[in-house]
Amino acid sequence: MTTFDVVAEGLGKRYGPTRALDTFHLAVPAGTVYGLLGPNGAGKTTAVRILTTLLRFDSGTASVAGYDVLRQPDEVRARIGLTGQYAAVDETLSGRQNLELFGRLFRLGRGAARRRADELLERFGLSEAANRSAGEYSGGMRRRLDLAASLIRTPRVLFLDEPTTGLDPRSRNQVWDLVRGLVTDGTTVLLTTQYLEEADQLANRISVIDAGRVVAEGTPDELKSMTGGDRIEVVVRDPAALTRAAGVVAPICGVEPAVDPEIRRLSVPVADRVAGLVDVVRALDDAGIAVEDIGLRRATLDEAFLYLTGHRPDETGEPVGAGRKAGVA
Amino acid sequence: MTTAITDGWTMTRRNMLHVVRAPEELILYFSLPIMFVLVFGYVFGSGMQVAGGGNYREFLLPGVFVMTMLYGLGATATGVALDLSRGVVDRFRSMPMARSALMTGRSAADLLRALLEMSTLLVCGLLVGWQWRLGVGKALLAVGLLLLLRVAITWVGIYLALLVRNPDTVGVIVFPAAFPLTAISNVFVSPELMPSVIGAISEWNPLSATVAAIRELFGNPGLGGDSWPAEHAMLLAVLWPVLLIAIFAPLAVRRYRRLSR
Ligand SMILES: Nc1ncnc2c1ncn2[C@@H]1O[C@H](COP(=O)(O)OP(=O)(O)OP(=O)(O)O)[C@@H](O)[C@H]1O
Ligand SMILES: [Mg+2]
Repeated sequence: MTTFDVVAEGLGKRYGPTRALDTFHLAVPAGTVYGLLGPNGAGKTTAVRILTTLLRFDSGTASVAGYDVLRQPDEVRARIGLTGQYAAVDETLSGRQNLELFGRLFRLGRGAARRRADELLERFGLSEAANRSAGEYSGGMRRRLDLAASLIRTPRVLFLDEPTTGLDPRSRNQVWDLVRGLVTDGTTVLLTTQYLEEADQLANRISVIDAGRVVAEGTPDELKSMTGGDRIEVVVRDPAALTRAAGVVAPICGVEPAVDPEIRRLSVPVADRVAGLVDVVRALDDAGIAVEDIGLRRATLDEAFLYLTGHRPDETGEPVGAGRKAGVA
Repeated sequence: MTTAITDGWTMTRRNMLHVVRAPEELILYFSLPIMFVLVFGYVFGSGMQVAGGGNYREFLLPGVFVMTMLYGLGATATGVALDLSRGVVDRFRSMPMARSALMTGRSAADLLRALLEMSTLLVCGLLVGWQWRLGVGKALLAVGLLLLLRVAITWVGIYLALLVRNPDTVGVIVFPAAFPLTAISNVFVSPELMPSVIGAISEWNPLSATVAAIRELFGNPGLGGDSWPAEHAMLLAVLWPVLLIAIFAPLAVRRYRRLSR
């Protein structure tokens, strides 16, 4: 039987008229990485703050590591690590003093706190800056210090709210490796992100949230397949031939292709990738249509996201067209 | 309970580390009372009278001690507001530490700071001719009353910071409010020498109670007239701070809990 380390049922949280969360559901299997994906203002941070006992909610229930967030907050706090969206470190103290302070508050002895601080400074590449005030750190360094602070005692459940925002590619890869390592050691990770690639790389399962609700849930592959899976894309040489080409392709794939006259391209979903491609090439050739480019393209999570929420992950504002559908969950 | 004490102590040490790492602030808080001693003691002092006679500087110093305690309000409130604005409190609140530690740690660290400030000020006082005349015992009792007042002021400061949150706003509120509070009290001038209404307000000012009580304990001039608060200064110097703590500590704790709303 799967045990779930994070469970939320019908969570609701309002700020005045704004519903930051609206019947929000979540079930994170123990020992996995779970991605929360959503545009700005979707409610990701709100969800994380509720689950880490920082914020009260109006309705629903939530439990972390088997403990009720509302009734047993101390049990929850003893088992979680949190790296919030904004670094939560003491800017006056040095990096080392920060880690020692948090170590002491995690009830490590003086010596143990110091050793742990040194270990983490080393691991996060902060040894050289260890004695400088955290306030003088660069954004990336502060982020790493914040991450280190959430790992003082290896948590059972680690919450990461946009952990790699503002990190350079190298630091980002380090964080990814770190998350993978933690999961290997049995930690459950709930991570929010704006980067689809990050969710794709790390998460075993993903919830796409929008306006406080889960609009889709599944593995990255399941989500991608929701947009129609693989597609064949054909660019014709002569714009006039585009409609004719569409007529040729449609019976093969059983669907009317989407045409974009501006770039002389048609695009059509295909069930059997290779056979479909071969058939299309042959039919176009038989019809004497000159093809400039033809290829198979796998749907990206980006497209899935756009399809599900109506906007790209890194932009706010109104949905742009694309149909909104309930999830595969 | 023991975790409340150990965590409180850890937080106290953290706040003391702040003083060590950023001593500029401490210098500000030291220079202020010293400036007041110089300005009022030497510049205006020659024109100042003490009701019942006596040396003005000797009259002034106990007032400056109390004023220093009051200005601690700024340090406390700014410190707490800075913590809140920088999000480090979120980390504390997501950890399995005693809920009370943030506030008790602040209170204890500010008390230690006040002790440091008091020692410096006592030495400065001695240098400009102030002295305690009734023995070390009563002098220590006076210092005890000052620190009690400081604890009360700490809790007002913690509450204020939780209310306002923004460290800049805290500064804007505290300093303009603190000066009239000392001006309309017996810190610089005996209330008997003030216009009657203002004099009465001054008599009842909580600061005046502590000032009058420590003047009595140090044996300094300027003991108040025959009004009720002047005659019961010692009682009021205990009651006022206790009352303030009884009001503001629970308010602060409630406000801290409400951060999760
Ligand atoms: N303290 C608050 N007061 C009022 N409204 C708030 C508050 N915090 C969040 N909100 C609102 O709740 C909604 C969800 O916000 P939340 O911070 O959870 O979004 P998010 O998904 O984390 O966004 P981002 O990607 O920008 O971090 C938003 O509409 C936001 O404006
Ligand atoms: Mg957020």
